[in-house]
Amino acid sequence: MLEVNDLHVYYGGIHALSGVSFKVEEGEIVTLIGANGAGKSTCLKAISGLIQPRSGCIRLKGQALMGIPAHKIAEAGVIHVPEGRRVFANMTVLENLEMGAFARSDRSGIEKDLREVFRRFPRLEERKYQLAGTLSGGEQQMLAIGRGLMARPKIMLLDEPSMGLSPILVREIFDIIKSINAAGTTVLLVEQNAYMALQTAKRAYVLETGFLTMEGPCDKLLADPKVRSAYLGE
Amino acid sequence: MELLQQIINGISLGSIYALIALGYTMVYGIVRLINFAHGDVYMAGAYIAYLIANRFSEETVWRFPLILLASMGGCSLLGMAIERVAYKPLRNRPRIATLTTAIGVSIFLENLVRVAIGPNFLGFPEIITRTSWEIKGITISNVQVVVPGCTVLLVLVLHYVVHKTKAGKAMRAVSFDRDVAMLMGVNVDNTIRITFAIGSALAAAAGVLVGIAYPRIDPYMGIMAGLKAFVSAVLGGIGIIPGAALGGLMMGVAEVMAVQLFSSSLKDAIAFVVLIVVLLVKPTGLLGKVASEKV
Ligand SMILES: Nc1ncnc2c1ncn2[C@@H]1O[C@H](COP(=O)(O)OP(=O)(O)OP(=O)(O)O)[C@@H](O)[C@H]1O
Ligand SMILES: [Mg+2]
Repeated sequence: MLEVNDLHVYYGGIHALSGVSFKVEEGEIVTLIGANGAGKSTCLKAISGLIQPRSGCIRLKGQALMGIPAHKIAEAGVIHVPEGRRVFANMTVLENLEMGAFARSDRSGIEKDLREVFRRFPRLEERKYQLAGTLSGGEQQMLAIGRGLMARPKIMLLDEPSMGLSPILVREIFDIIKSINAAGTTVLLVEQNAYMALQTAKRAYVLETGFLTMEGPCDKLLADPKVRSAYLGE
Repeated sequence: MELLQQIINGISLGSIYALIALGYTMVYGIVRLINFAHGDVYMAGAYIAYLIANRFSEETVWRFPLILLASMGGCSLLGMAIERVAYKPLRNRPRIATLTTAIGVSIFLENLVRVAIGPNFLGFPEIITRTSWEIKGITISNVQVVVPGCTVLLVLVLHYVVHKTKAGKAMRAVSFDRDVAMLMGVNVDNTIRITFAIGSALAAAAGVLVGIAYPRIDPYMGIMAGLKAFVSAVLGGIGIIPGAALGGLMMGVAEVMAVQLFSSSLKDAIAFVVLIVVLLVKPTGLLGKVASEKV
């Protein structure tokens, strides 16, 4: 589905990604874990076209994405739910969800997906005419995910969806991610909460200051002593 | 009675400032640029109307609306051209570069008109036949109805476009968070272009209306009107659309009052008094939040 090959990204003189390569197969949840500043968000921004990599190759179902403007990449079905929620605080919940479907024109499909998002997140329906800026952190995260779903993504790039949430909500968010995936959406999940991410995904990559240092099935990584000491706090 | 008369006069003038201020505020909202050439687009709107009106002098009820629409169309093209040629190449550069360029565009447009048409005041043709009524000691001319009437109509159309159309939603999204708007599939280049087109069309409408209400135009008419409209936009809260309309009206009324109560030499000074007071008391403007929306 998504293939990233030898990706190099620079911010001025900072070499943020040094030859990162990974793959996400159709229907999978793949997670990318790593410490602060490892380059996880940078990876997602490069895929969704928010930043231009120096070199490398990004392909969606074989089609090259690099150099294509971000809005075209979104139209192609790669939907990036950015770090920190970034909901449109000056718009209502409903307007935010409509923005998610911006690139679509199939009215009945949009209606159907809206009902589906409200079924999944009843709290959003109760607050649909409320300004998004007045929602709680957890509700905003649900809105950010719901907004992403409204685009009917082929692949969803989720950047730290559990950030700043209470333990109960963290569990809820990861359950939601699993159910979104079960409904047919491929997911690339970036997380600091390595334990939950490894529980949720099928395969994982570990990023350290711009280099991929480990990869494999999640159960293997969960048992790996290096991962346990560096990311699971043992 | 005298007070009411002055308010009516002030509303006409304020409508014109409001229309110009809307373009200032919309462009600021979307690209964080004080477009100092905006007053000159208003001037261009008046000149386009002047040129067309002199060619087609046939007396019909359609004369005014057709001239208005033609001028708005012409200026929206002008606005898009300015954005494409002067601002877009500087999009990711320091703001001071774009600001300087805006001043350059302003000087260019003024001198272009000065050379092409002439530096002198021109009488604006009477595209609406003036009549006036006297009601209980207050004089109201049809122009004083048409000017605010057109403004209200245009503001309503603008409100509809911004809140109900896809282009309008894109404008709001881009002005709130450009990156996230892109992630939703919004074409940012197009959205910025449309914003310039709409803002410039509104400035053109102001140019036509000012020609009707105060029938004298010259290549530098955009400087002072642009400044006052800019202050109106700041007064209402820069980047906030209803604020610009409100600020413009208040500015017009304040100006007429200052002339009436104190002296006509205060006509232009009042704008700067307002600016200083706003910056001291509530820099975010009347409708601005304490912390601005853009973090
Ligand atoms: N716009 C930028 N300009 C300069 N440097 C940047 C920029 N964005 C990120 N960086 C740097 O690139 C590196 C990777 O940043 P990135 O945001 O990708 O990390 P991350 O893995 O997402 O971290 P976190 O878990 O804290 O979100 C960091 O060293 C960061 O300081
Ligand atoms: Mg990050």
